[in-house]
Amino acid sequence: MKIKFAWAIGLVMAISSIIPTLALGEEDIFAQYREMFGDDNPAELMELQGEELWKTPGGPKKASLEQCDLGLGAGKVAGAYAQLPRYFEDADRVQDLETRLVWCMVKIQGLSWDEATANPFSVQGQSTTKMEALAAWIAGQSKGLAVAVPQEHPKEIAAFKTGEKLFNYRAGPYDFSCATCHSQSGKRIRLQSLPNLAEAAGAREAYIGWPAYRVSQGAVRTMQWRVGDCARQQRLPKLKFTSDASIALISYMGVRAAGEPMDAPGLKR
Amino acid sequence: MTTVLQRFSVVLLLLLLSAAAVQASELDSVIETSFKAKGQAGLERLKQTDQQAACSGPVGMPLPDSAAKISAEAQASIKFPADGQYLGDWEAGERIAQEGKGMQYSDKADEPNGGNCYACHQLSSAEIAFGNLGPSLHHYGKLRGQSEAILKYTWTRLWNTHAFNPCAHMPRFGAAGILTEQQLKDVMALLLDPASPVNQ
Repeated sequence: MKIKFAWAIGLVMAISSIIPTLALGEEDIFAQYREMFGDDNPAELMELQGEELWKTPGGPKKASLEQCDLGLGAGKVAGAYAQLPRYFEDADRVQDLETRLVWCMVKIQGLSWDEATANPFSVQGQSTTKMEALAAWIAGQSKGLAVAVPQEHPKEIAAFKTGEKLFNYRAGPYDFSCATCHSQSGKRIRLQSLPNLAEAAGAREAYIGWPAYRVSQGAVRTMQWRVGDCARQQRLPKLKFTSDASIALISYMGVRAAGEPMDAPGLKR
Repeated sequence: MTTVLQRFSVVLLLLLLSAAAVQASELDSVIETSFKAKGQAGLERLKQTDQQAACSGPVGMPLPDSAAKISAEAQASIKFPADGQYLGDWEAGERIAQEGKGMQYSDKADEPNGGNCYACHQLSSAEIAFGNLGPSLHHYGKLRGQSEAILKYTWTRLWNTHAFNPCAHMPRFGAAGILTEQQLKDVMALLLDPASPVNQ
């Protein structure tokens, strides 16, 4: 375990130093890099932590999350991530994985909502957060299973529709929407390829790889982090963690990614 | 009979209108509750201008009916340099084109904004890390020269590109106050100065 960790850190440092010098072949290099890793992803370390966190009693109620219902029944983790976000009757709300985990921390472990949503994402140099580790492990338990985000409950349908409108919603001093960067195929910002999320093929490819280990940041990044960071780059105010807008956007992408086998945690630049 | 029909259509119209209003307010309330102000990015940024709203249709939709109006308003918004000088320093322009920071809540409000031109455009051939959301601007000035018409056209493109392309993706670098007049002049020089690496 320790040796593996050191090895992963070494590789991360090596790759981080390569990044600034990468030229047009960046995508090829990362494809090679992923191949070299094979099934080994530094996120594995976070997955192990996540599994342990899931089983460890915590919060004022000293309860573990093992009784948390991620949509397939209490404690059933295998395959749950491929079917999120979804409507939960107890919350009367559509929830993505991270929002559901917060819900469970509140209901089962006795944390306040504010406590459970404080600092969900690690900052540079910080160790993995509870949310990141849990998301990595739970996503990993859907590996190979087809994305099947439900569209049955009226609130699930509403979330998708709101997500689509938000995707196209231009605002802020730069007039950006999600669609500004993510509605054409074969496009890049600098050398970074942009998935075309307006097309099913692009949404599928992008969706299945999150959460992901971001090599340049040395951290597992979750889907909530991903949509939040897009809002920052859009020059919008901060998209709140577990907000309805974030869940609507994730629903929009998830529904469009239907049928594609999950492959998270992914490995990204 | 006519009155019944009339009443029926009035009721139907009211129902349709209220349904549309509910839908719009649902999106508004999701937006309202989902963000918080941070750094220089206040909540007022979420409120769309008429132009932003008109340009927020689904991907692949034709231009809105107001496209001509958007262009006319953009054209009217252009402020040409007061001193009639369009060209600044291309070296400063290159730095602006390289700089990606500006107006994000993670950026310092008291530092100048970048133009981030390379994020979307090819410019100098020496810079190979360029994006392709916008067209290549390599040899921009070499191909076009520096006539009064080209100076004004290029300035307009930078200030508010909707004057030519309603609902274009590019930010309104002048009209939205992203770049200062001097910065715009420097970017103009990067594009048009024969000595600029863009034109080599």
